[in-house]
Amino acid sequence: MKPTLLRSLGLSLLLALALAVPFVASGYQIFQATMVLVYAIALFGLNILTGYNGQISLGHGAFYAIGAYSAAILIDHQIVPDWATVPIAGAICLVVGYLFGRPAARLAGLYLALATFALAVATPQILKYRGFEHWTGGSQGIILDKPDPPAFLPIDADQWLYLCCLAVTLVLFVLGRNLLRGRIGRALLAIRDHPIAAASMGIDTARYKAMTFGVSAAYTGIAGALGTFAAAFASPDSFDAFLSLRFLVGIVVGGLGSISGAFFGAAFIEFVPNLADRISKAAPWAIYGVLLILVIYLMPSGVAGLIRAMTQKINRDKETIREET
Amino acid sequence: MLRRIMLMSAATLLLAGPVALAENAPGVTATAIKIGNTMPYSGPGSAYGAIGKADAAYFQMINDQGGVNGRKIDFVTLDDGYSPPKTVEQTRRLVEQDEVAFIFNGLGTPTSSAVQKYLNQKRVPQLFVATGASKWGDPAHFHWTMGWQPDYQTEARIYAKYILQNKPDAKISIIWQNDDFGKDYLIGMKAGLGDKYDKMVVKDVSYEVTDPTIDSQVVSLQASGADTLIIAATPKFAAQTIRKVFDIGWHPLQLLTNVSNSVGAVMTPAGPEKGIGIVSTAYDKDPKDPAWVNDPGMAEWRRFMAKYLPDADVTDANYVYGFGAARTVVQVLKQCGDDLSRDNIMKQAADLKDFALPTMLPGIKINTGPTDYYPIQTLQLQRWDGKNWVLFGDVLSGS
Repeated sequence: MKPTLLRSLGLSLLLALALAVPFVASGYQIFQATMVLVYAIALFGLNILTGYNGQISLGHGAFYAIGAYSAAILIDHQIVPDWATVPIAGAICLVVGYLFGRPAARLAGLYLALATFALAVATPQILKYRGFEHWTGGSQGIILDKPDPPAFLPIDADQWLYLCCLAVTLVLFVLGRNLLRGRIGRALLAIRDHPIAAASMGIDTARYKAMTFGVSAAYTGIAGALGTFAAAFASPDSFDAFLSLRFLVGIVVGGLGSISGAFFGAAFIEFVPNLADRISKAAPWAIYGVLLILVIYLMPSGVAGLIRAMTQKINRDKETIREET
Repeated sequence: MLRRIMLMSAATLLLAGPVALAENAPGVTATAIKIGNTMPYSGPGSAYGAIGKADAAYFQMINDQGGVNGRKIDFVTLDDGYSPPKTVEQTRRLVEQDEVAFIFNGLGTPTSSAVQKYLNQKRVPQLFVATGASKWGDPAHFHWTMGWQPDYQTEARIYAKYILQNKPDAKISIIWQNDDFGKDYLIGMKAGLGDKYDKMVVKDVSYEVTDPTIDSQVVSLQASGADTLIIAATPKFAAQTIRKVFDIGWHPLQLLTNVSNSVGAVMTPAGPEKGIGIVSTAYDKDPKDPAWVNDPGMAEWRRFMAKYLPDADVTDANYVYGFGAARTVVQVLKQCGDDLSRDNIMKQAADLKDFALPTMLPGIKINTGPTDYYPIQTLQLQRWDGKNWVLFGDVLSGS
């Protein structure tokens, strides 16, 4: 069998599995699966920026929060129908991300990390600001209803939300993949690997970096909007600075510069804290830390990197066998 | 027609058999009752995890003594890291997968807010929410949610009452934190002072938790000519206020929220002598207070700690809190008898009469009713003498 055929077969199998989830899992498990999809979108967004373009962000929790609040406010004040909030949240984050990325693109490496970290630290407090309280609900946050499925479908709100998230995930991943596999993707990699060479090739590095920031923020913002639907609640405490750090952990564990890595990273940040809690109530974070170190030690290039290395090894072995025979 | 309905219901009863008779909540068997809980064992609020540990240890003690009405308590407590979306996930797990009878003592205002609607829609009791916000006592809208500790509005009403009785011509100033907590104080003061509020309160100023200091607010309050100061601030800002008031030579009557009357976290950093005369409130016995060394109630608590939480810090008031909350829910289960339906659990929680805890100050009792979802609503006044809080006066209620 040709590798490409095998690959598309595998992908269809995965998609079939993903479609089956809401019909075999319980409501709570569907909620978890929804959160994995949501985190996967957010991580993919961050990976575009950090993995592919080499800009480190410690502040993507802020874009997640902006997306979440955009959606929550639009729904709470019944400005637009539920479904429209997701693209609007993405558009708002695209603009905010671009505007933030424009000056930030001049900051290199760790300095950019610090600037974005400031964003993450400031966001929860800005959300509590009295002047915005009419919109944000202050520290009380905003309580929402789950979107109802259309009447003609015999499914409940959890299943409906999961399927919507799955559809958005597919669209965003296909779009993102095409973006990264093409001319723009190559430009991003060139900027990451050698900014001076990239500039001398005629790539407008500042513009590309700012655009990448915008696109990355848009992805994370859409994830934030979907996450708010799932939790049916948005409050400043939902988006503390740890959220940004968890995203960073997610992309490193999943695999930097890898599309499928987003799903592995998402599964890690969704499930490993629960696992740690089950092992020890006294020091769940110590357990989490040990697990994290183990993963990094055993899979230095993330889960996706390990899988890539393994498939390459299998292919090499096959070839050697073929050569020998 | 009536006959037919009767026949039909008789038939349904027969068909449904044991199911219709035993309408106990999920998680209840002949030998066990499962209770769910969320706590910040990790994250910025992890110090409060002590409450969950005290809850679990208390239930362990009850189980060792044979359980409640023959049923052992199976306490499932999960970490939510003080993150509301995680609380939603963990609460759904508890309700849908672990199938607990009810949720007990979930910690935090934002976290509990995130699941309040869900639990009420599912008709799952959310008992004794571990926060002081006043929103948990709203049975008209949230029949299935009940708080436990005295709420901030009640405390503010008690201060208003104290001022009206002892200093009826007071010129009051208020410093408050700009969030739910601070606002609850303003609401309570308005309710307590009634139409006198506008006349008596000469100035109120707020601060943001992000402010580095609140010196300028304190100075502006002094300039207003006030002779009474209400401090609705969290510990760090309360300590700053007490010190600044002393340093600028202002001598108002100071009323300090019980959120910030910890000796270690507020009074000592502020300067113990600078706070002499400050009035505050309490409902639990302070584990650090030498007055309770020979108290039988606290001795019981210490025996519990020594046996079930031998490694825990016995000066941490969170263990007193958890002990009290767990003891209250055990009382509810005792009152339920063999009818452990969710309806009856909620009904019994709203039917606690003069229930006293060994760890609460003398005279403070738990009372609830179908329209009174505030279990602890009385507080004891106390005054700082430079070394200790000294209790004085009668136990006061906010009404």
